[in-house]
Amino acid sequence: MTRPAHTTRSYTEILEYIGAWVLALLWIAPLLYAFWAAFHPSEYSTNFDLLAPLTLDNFREALSQAPFLRYGINTFLLVTMLLAAQMVVGTLAAYAFARFQFFGSNVAFGLVLVQLMITPEILIVENYSTLAKLGFVDTITGIGLPYMASAFGIFLLRQAFKSTPKELEDAARLEGCGMFGILMRVYVPLARPTYLAFGLVSISHHWNNFLWPLVITNSVETRPLTVGLGIFGAPESGVDWSIVSAATLLSVAPLLIAFLLFQRQFVQSFMYAGIK
Amino acid sequence: MHLSRDTMRHVHGWLLLTPAAVLLVSFTHYPTIATVINSFFSKGNSVRPSRFIGIDNYQAMTQDPIFWKVLVNNMWFAVGTIPTSIALAIIMALLVNRAMPGRSFVRMAYFTPTILPMIAVANIWLFFYSPDIGLIDQITSWFGISGHNWLGDPDTVLSAIIVMTVWKEAGFFMIFYLAALQHIPPELGEAAKLEGASRWYYFRRVLFPLLMPTSLFVLINAVLNSFKLVDHLFVLTKGGPDNASNLLLYYIFENAFSYFDTNYAATLTVVLLGLLAIMALAQFFVLDRRIHYR
Repeated sequence: MTRPAHTTRSYTEILEYIGAWVLALLWIAPLLYAFWAAFHPSEYSTNFDLLAPLTLDNFREALSQAPFLRYGINTFLLVTMLLAAQMVVGTLAAYAFARFQFFGSNVAFGLVLVQLMITPEILIVENYSTLAKLGFVDTITGIGLPYMASAFGIFLLRQAFKSTPKELEDAARLEGCGMFGILMRVYVPLARPTYLAFGLVSISHHWNNFLWPLVITNSVETRPLTVGLGIFGAPESGVDWSIVSAATLLSVAPLLIAFLLFQRQFVQSFMYAGIK
Repeated sequence: MHLSRDTMRHVHGWLLLTPAAVLLVSFTHYPTIATVINSFFSKGNSVRPSRFIGIDNYQAMTQDPIFWKVLVNNMWFAVGTIPTSIALAIIMALLVNRAMPGRSFVRMAYFTPTILPMIAVANIWLFFYSPDIGLIDQITSWFGISGHNWLGDPDTVLSAIIVMTVWKEAGFFMIFYLAALQHIPPELGEAAKLEGASRWYYFRRVLFPLLMPTSLFVLINAVLNSFKLVDHLFVLTKGGPDNASNLLLYYIFENAFSYFDTNYAATLTVVLLGLLAIMALAQFFVLDRRIHYR
């Protein structure tokens, strides 16, 4: 009685494995296709001949047509500066919310959370005019400014600080630590997983962000990779598919490689950040 | 002594909050209020400065066929992407939530689109969709089906974008379901098996209800994304043909930075803010319910 049930179970199991694999191949196919097109001469872009010659010409051509290296440096500067600012600003604010029951803290926290819903990309029109008044148009700082206070980061860090045992703070105080000493020696080290999770989510978000950087930048010196790629790939520029694929891979390569190397941390960070 | 220590707590609290408060007020609260105010002013130029015109911009908006078009498009975009990507996310999570050959590869494959920028995704898919020379038309031509201009035809452009967005988002939603499934005790499944319940019955009556809080969380995120995600339009269609794929945020961008009518852009932004406010309220009640579950 149980035996036939068991064999049918394993048949359906095998079918499900096949289904999972077919879906996985379907899901990875567009990216694999971009690799195919980028590493082969353009006449092979729809001709899947396994013996087709490999080439790096498309990458060379993409790099000669647009300054992707410069765009990459801009993106790197943006992401690093932004993450550093978000961490400092977020740590201070989260510390205030977690451990100082100050006057108006609940209302202030509510006002911080508004940014979870009204993200800066919705306010591009007004933020552009603010930054124009401040003289930050077409600067990397200008791309970063509206995102430097991250409600999401403040929220995550506040949760982490709140779950730190109060006794550790008392012990540090007895040792003679002041307000910042306690923050740096007790709260920050214990919140390391939260910093990692927030850092990975922030890096991938801002590496990929497009609309606001498009609005605020207009020169090669400030443009991040996404904006450079957006201009490069626009259909009216009439470039060849293989070259666009090469440019696309150049733009996603740093993040993609980081993801493949630290897959587990990436997935766990996104999970962790989503559940909180 | 005691009192002054209490005062210091308030002072320290506010000092620590100051950098975040200044930034948030400047780039979230002030622009939100300024947007609402600007929506009541006319478009100014060098000859005639902007002046207060009451609700004229809103009246013009209700007469603007493109506004209604982008709103309806946004609705179809949401209807087209959300249920499909949530269903796929659940299926993906169930498939990889147990031992199977090559599980880490399969999970990576599902998740990879999440970390690609939408601009890069659009570049890749643009080639799939191009008429005749594109990959889809090449493949259909093997079966003798003639080419189709997927992005140039108002009847297919939105669907083409929806398919691409589902591909991009399903793996992202999957990880929330994976996280939730890991918290469901395996004894439940064993008990159901002992009772002779079919797997579909177990899913429908046990797993799906237990996943409900996750589904609501994902649903709200998905709705938000459907309003905030317009990057692909810059590469794929520019909102065309004839606004058939235009979405609200892209139309705001066009008004502000192509037609330089920032006041009308502000009026449209108020509509978007209103929609977000409705979702914020929904989330408030949803999160409330989520807490009651525990």
